Amino acid sequence: MERKEILEVKNLSVSFQMYDKGLRQKELQVIRDLNITVHEGEILAIAGASGSGKSLLANAILGILPLHASVKGTMKYRGESLTLERQRKLRGKEIALVPQSVGYLDPLMKVGKQVVGVNGSKDRQREVFARYGLGKEVEQMYPFQLSGGMARRVLIATAMISNAKLLIADEPTPGLSTEMAKETMGHFRDLAKEGRGVILITHDIDLAFAYADRVAVFYAGTTVETAPASDFRKGPSALRHPYSKALWEALPQNGCKPIPGTQPYAGNLPSGCLFAPRCPYRTEACETTIPVRQIRGGEVCCNHAT
Amino acid sequence: MRRIRRKKNQRKRTIYLILLIGILLLLLVIAGRFLSPEQYGPDYNEKKLTPSIQHLFGTDYLGRDMFARTIKGLSNSILIGTLAAGFSACVALVLGILSATIGGLVDKIISYLVDLCMGIPHLVLLMLISFMMGRGLRGVIVGIALTHWPNLTRVIRGEVLQIKNMQYVKVAEKLGKSKIQIAFQHILPHVIPQFIIGLILLFPHAILHEAGVTFLGFGLSVDTPAIGIILSEALKHIATGMWWLVFFPGMMLVMVVMMFDQLGEHVRRLLDPSSARE
Amino acid sequence: MNKYVKYIVTTLLRMVLLLIGVSIVCFMLITSSPIDPVEAYVGSESNISQEQKDVIAEYWGLNNPPVQRYVTWVKNLLHGDMGISIAYQKPVTQILAQRFQTSAVLMITAWILSGIIGFLIGIVAGSHAGSVLDRVLKTFCFILSSTPAFWIGLLLLAVCSVQLGWFPVGFAVPVGKAASEVTVLDRIHHLILPALTLSITGISNIALHTRQKLIDVLHSDYVLFAKARGESAFQIIKRHGLRNIAIPALTLQFASFSELFGGSVLAEQVFSYPGLGNAATTAGLKGDVPLLLGVALFSVLFVFAGNFMANLLYGVLNPQIRKGEGQ
Repeated sequence: MERKEILEVKNLSVSFQMYDKGLRQKELQVIRDLNITVHEGEILAIAGASGSGKSLLANAILGILPLHASVKGTMKYRGESLTLERQRKLRGKEIALVPQSVGYLDPLMKVGKQVVGVNGSKDRQREVFARYGLGKEVEQMYPFQLSGGMARRVLIATAMISNAKLLIADEPTPGLSTEMAKETMGHFRDLAKEGRGVILITHDIDLAFAYADRVAVFYAGTTVETAPASDFRKGPSALRHPYSKALWEALPQNGCKPIPGTQPYAGNLPSGCLFAPRCPYRTEACETTIPVRQIRGGEVCCNHAT
Repeated sequence: MRRIRRKKNQRKRTIYLILLIGILLLLLVIAGRFLSPEQYGPDYNEKKLTPSIQHLFGTDYLGRDMFARTIKGLSNSILIGTLAAGFSACVALVLGILSATIGGLVDKIISYLVDLCMGIPHLVLLMLISFMMGRGLRGVIVGIALTHWPNLTRVIRGEVLQIKNMQYVKVAEKLGKSKIQIAFQHILPHVIPQFIIGLILLFPHAILHEAGVTFLGFGLSVDTPAIGIILSEALKHIATGMWWLVFFPGMMLVMVVMMFDQLGEHVRRLLDPSSARE
Repeated sequence: MNKYVKYIVTTLLRMVLLLIGVSIVCFMLITSSPIDPVEAYVGSESNISQEQKDVIAEYWGLNNPPVQRYVTWVKNLLHGDMGISIAYQKPVTQILAQRFQTSAVLMITAWILSGIIGFLIGIVAGSHAGSVLDRVLKTFCFILSSTPAFWIGLLLLAVCSVQLGWFPVGFAVPVGKAASEVTVLDRIHHLILPALTLSITGISNIALHTRQKLIDVLHSDYVLFAKARGESAFQIIKRHGLRNIAIPALTLQFASFSELFGGSVLAEQVFSYPGLGNAATTAGLKGDVPLLLGVALFSVLFVFAGNFMANLLYGVLNPQIRKGEGQ
């Protein structure tokens, strides 16, 4: 069954105007030629190392990047172009963010009032709280009083108060026990089953492989491979991009083999394939722009992928 | 390239501004020193004149030229401010470093002293010290010098605590250098910029307090031209409608205070660019 | 023990300790003055003999060692006896009570005025940070902080009272009017200029502080999240800005009692307003030791009350402290 697309991001680039060492103004590109598609009822994980600009992707989709950021490329929500004006109308209503931690809640506002926000209602908040097993007493609490599990559910509740069709969860599990991470992912799975699209931004590769439907591997500001999560569970032979394979092999249960080299700094990216400097299959062709190819039901951005 | 040049220009501009303000203030002080008593003394033929070319700021009820008196007064104020701010800043430097490097009981005592000094309204404390000194000019100078250290002490204490936690200081500690050695070799040089900035920014406070306490009648005798006294005399004759007695001297005081404030800000920009306010 | 109660008790203890220190400092400063209180009492022209002066000195205990004098003073103080004012020939406690009532009206009015104006300026500037409006307001604040309030008072007096005749030239009530005939309107009429003058002292501080705090809040993660949830700029300031800058601003405003008192001394001098500050100046200039000591101690208590309220309020308004245990 072909599912409907909710969000389509094509060739997205995000850059910042920066002062390099206080002397020269410089454009710092943090996201470059990024492509993702999210369908109804699916969880798309965007997995990659910390500090690779994943959180900015969420801000770009919501249209809340700082003023000195510039965005290029196209974004479509339900087939229609996502302009700044439309982003302003949709955010908090159709597109909702589930933030990383309680640090994203106003420390001086009671949780109940905060979950209601500006678009929700008291009744709806009670409903959502009941769904996530949050008692009435939680309404009267301040963010700092929430326990880890409670906080997680409150954060999801902030998104569920609206009837959002697209959820963006930014690192929803760090600091949680395996049990709790599992429970949290269960919540997202339920939401997907109800027909919503979920983007799961995470650096926890295991989590992405285990719970997502599809995984987009994020490297140095771009997606190098997007493939069904089942491929990632199978192992390197099913994967396409050398980085994805290396990532798989770097997992503790798969031998913990580190990838030589480091991820390039956003201001200092190579011109062609971003992974080329660390890639064992590197050839001269890798120094030019690499087209996105469809291979075995996945998308990959590599000349050598088979 | 253009940006680099602009940055350089900015630095140059900051230096020029510092020099300009410094020279203006210095000129003011020197001009005040060279004014003879005849120039700011009474002239009964020219009483209560409105401002004109001959008397820029007009004359008062004794025919004294207000421009000369204002310059003389500001010159005095700046000198008193220099003396007092210099002393207070040194006290703050010593106490701040002692407090942060030795710590323990010394830190507690110094912090207590800071709180103590801040517990009394500043102006009341100035009045008390002036009273203790039997009033007069000495009372004002001692009062201003003795009461401006608490804030800067806190700043320097905080600064030193930060430096103390840096890697190289910890290494020096491990190498067995004494606390005093560390304080002089590693900490003092890094506090100097904060100290200079703090010192300059003490001036406005010192000058304003000096003006306030002399305005109340403590301190300088009635004939000494000081802004506080000029203004308190203007108050006595306010009903006569001689507005220029109030306006010009006060205006000049505000300008001098703002010049010191700007001087401090620009020196900060030069010495410690990261902490300068935008 | 509840964290909040503990917080208040430790704060209070620390303050009492400070208060004792401050009272000793005040006492030492005043009693070590070369200005002879007996001389000040009898006046320099009087022909009272040296023996009689010695009798007075003995009666006041001026010949006792300082520590004993301090103890006696504190003992009397605890019995509500602060001595007799030389300048006014009345018990100091009576003068303080009466003068404070007059000053309190002035200080409270100015305090509220400066708080509201400063807070508003801070919010407008902070929410438009970097704009022309922000720059204008910031410059205004810097000029204000360089300007002695008493000079503004003098200007107001010269312009509004003398030139325009809109306001009286001084005092708290119309001169020559019997106390029973003085109306509330009279008092307000006499209060406006001094209060305006005194309020100037505090505006710049609270405005610049509020501005910076608001900028910090607007750059916080929770404001970013509020934006993500569809809150408009106005809603963000209303819902999160005010909530998060109110506590520091109120705390700061209470902690400004020291400047408020100092400012009132100057403002009362300008407007011949018969309050505490005026009494302090008179006492200092006339060598009225008991009154000076009394006013000084009172001013210290006033500052402490402000600081204590700041601490208390911080505790009451901040849920992290109020709710105690938490986490």
